[in-house]
Amino acid sequence: MVPVLIGTTLLIYLAVFALPGDPIRVLGGDKPMSPAVYQALRHHYHLDDPLIVQYGKYLWGLVRGDFGETLNGQPVGDVLTGGWTVTVQLAVTAWVFELVVGIALGVWAGLRKGGVIDTLVLSGTTLVIAIPGFVLAYSAQLLFGLKLGWFPTAGTDDGWPYSYLLPGILLGSLSLAYIARLTRTSLVENGRSDYVRTAVAKGLSRRRVLVRHTLRNSLIPVVTYLGVDLGNLMAGAIIIEGIFNLPGIGQQIWLAIQVKDGPTVVGISTFLVLIYLLANLVVDFLYGVLDPRIRHD
Amino acid sequence: MKVKGMLVGIVAVAMAASACGGGGGSGNKSKVFTYAITEPEHLIPGNTNDAQGLTVDSALFDTLMTLDPSGKPVMEDAASVDTTDQKVWTIKIKPGLTFHNGEPVTAQSYADAWNATANSANAWGNGYYLGSIEGYADLNPDKGKPKVDKMKGLKVVDPQTLQVTLSQPFSQFPYVLSFIGTAPMPKAAFTDLKAYEQKPIGNGPFMIDGSWEHNKQIKLKKFAGYKGTRPAKSDGVTFKEYAGRDAAYTDLRAGKVDFDNQIPAAKAPEAKRLLGDRLITVPSGTMDFLEFPLYDPAFKNPDLRKAISMAIDRQAIVNAVYNGTFKPMASLLAPIVPGYRANACGEACTYNPQQAKQLFDKAGGYKGTLHLVFSNADATYEQWMTDVANQLKQNLGITDIKFDKVQVSDYLTKLSDHKAAGPYRSNWTMDYPSPEDYLTPRCAKPTRSGYDGAACEALIMKGNAAKTPQEGQQYYQQAEDMVLKDMPITPLWNWQDQLGSSSHVGDIHADPYVYPLVHLDQVTVK
Repeated sequence: MVPVLIGTTLLIYLAVFALPGDPIRVLGGDKPMSPAVYQALRHHYHLDDPLIVQYGKYLWGLVRGDFGETLNGQPVGDVLTGGWTVTVQLAVTAWVFELVVGIALGVWAGLRKGGVIDTLVLSGTTLVIAIPGFVLAYSAQLLFGLKLGWFPTAGTDDGWPYSYLLPGILLGSLSLAYIARLTRTSLVENGRSDYVRTAVAKGLSRRRVLVRHTLRNSLIPVVTYLGVDLGNLMAGAIIIEGIFNLPGIGQQIWLAIQVKDGPTVVGISTFLVLIYLLANLVVDFLYGVLDPRIRHD
Repeated sequence: MKVKGMLVGIVAVAMAASACGGGGGSGNKSKVFTYAITEPEHLIPGNTNDAQGLTVDSALFDTLMTLDPSGKPVMEDAASVDTTDQKVWTIKIKPGLTFHNGEPVTAQSYADAWNATANSANAWGNGYYLGSIEGYADLNPDKGKPKVDKMKGLKVVDPQTLQVTLSQPFSQFPYVLSFIGTAPMPKAAFTDLKAYEQKPIGNGPFMIDGSWEHNKQIKLKKFAGYKGTRPAKSDGVTFKEYAGRDAAYTDLRAGKVDFDNQIPAAKAPEAKRLLGDRLITVPSGTMDFLEFPLYDPAFKNPDLRKAISMAIDRQAIVNAVYNGTFKPMASLLAPIVPGYRANACGEACTYNPQQAKQLFDKAGGYKGTLHLVFSNADATYEQWMTDVANQLKQNLGITDIKFDKVQVSDYLTKLSDHKAAGPYRSNWTMDYPSPEDYLTPRCAKPTRSGYDGAACEALIMKGNAAKTPQEGQQYYQQAEDMVLKDMPITPLWNWQDQLGSSSHVGDIHADPYVYPLVHLDQVTVK
């Protein structure tokens, strides 16, 4: 974990440093700034040091739990905690939604292959994949938020889960489409496999064959996808956060890149990397639970 | 430790997926209204120069003077502001005024705030506003840290009297006194400035309720002990923070926020239809220009610059890109600035393709690739630059035109380093409604365009030293004429803000001279 962490922070730090522009001049905007103020600010953000010293100072701060300061003078740590709570709530809402509804639809469609439900799920998911996410989000916001008033139009005033339901469903809808299809295909395929035939031949009940044998094996690719997707949802929440005005990390990182706010970008990205690592770890454990062969390796 | 705390926090939220929430809800019966903003950069007045922060500060703070609805400085905290030579100013402060914590507002409160603002060691954004005060240079040395922490031009004569000595006569100083960035600060602020910014203590009609909830909201309540000129008629105002204009506008339509002053121009016709009288168009002080890189020999000839200016159909672009909400301009000043003349530029800013082509040919045409430079901060910049390019192609026959779309963080650096490869988008937001504010950046060294503005700067100086506003205006207008004649920059259009309000609020007095565009103190809640 530690080498990965150092590697990513360095890479991101270098990337931010390589961006054109001078954050202090952006801070001043069109208005004049006395050279003395300019120098003082550069010094405050260590911008007058060579890159490697800057990075060293940043790492040293990190070790002491200091994430640095945004260009507005706010501690990056505070920005992170504030943003992460929102994004995690949003991502988890989306994730639970795609997990429950996605697998359920997939199983339903898979069991009645070629039936009405199967066709409906297939065409529905094609539609969701085909329409750009923001179009769907704006339309849903106008219809369910503004016209019907079922959900809040924007913001987190109503707290979890109410404020996060609509954005969560929209955020999860794309992955839901993939999960439903993945579950269905996997289920259909495994249904034709030898061990299932054996299990049926042994005279096991239909339910037991389905739950203990078919489904369990069919879920391996789905779990892989779900695990990676939790990270994707957090990193990918930026558009939904913007449309529904949820002050999560997506917004923060977007704004920070605009003004070349190094510490914020690096801080948020580092945490995203951590989330990916953790998710992968959990997925690896789950493989073992689902498939004993992997556990014995 | 922080890391650990955060991890625990994340895990807790992820696993329980509950926590937080509740609270919120705007259903309480007190007469509080809401106003949409984006996250301010700062709230300490001396460090606040973004429109969002200034909007909040204009509710939290009073200044010595303020602008009346015609843009004229009038008394606010000051009882009188006197000068005989435009250089030494004697300011008497009204007795009995207090900060939100009960501390009296005195000459010292102003002196402390201004010294901190001007001190380059603090690196606050509004220092340059006080650049006219004697001793500013000592606090902003060319190298190293300042050796003093007070400007010698500030003298606290007694608690109610402040004497300000400027380094040069400056008739526009009352405008500086009206700027929110020159608001006073209480003693309590200086013990911990970081904490103060999260919970500012001001002297205005509203006081902070709780503290700044970043990216969420800033709640203000009526200041019961207010003795100033503009007591609040409501119980409070909550500034709700939005990341983008679209979400704020949607919330306004849903009745979830009472004021939104940033309705996108593209949505203006729809907003007019939906909101009717509740949409007010407020003229703005913000101007867009096309500036020429005079450091590039290709743009040395003023006739070429004029030809380009005359080949641009400003009205057509405004109609196409901004739904006709912005106003085509033939002046360097915005219409809300006293001293504005609608046609100061004359034919050089009037669309006339035939004459433009003649002038263009006379100047020898343009060889090579013409680069048009703008930033990626807003999608409309590329839209109108495309229109400009098409018009230059059609009217002047310049066929080889390229766009330089520059990353926003690099844009201003590029311009001040004289690296623009061609005419570029230039913009000015008003600090105070004086011609001086618009003209100084065009003429004072070093100019961004590379224009030698010595003669024009001399005229501005004369205006600054003038005894009467009329006399001053005359010099400023001469300076404006001079710049427009040389045309290092050509005016394009003046912005118009769209202020929308909900049906819960009344007594909406729109005013382009206050940052929220409406007098927050006068707003009533139904």
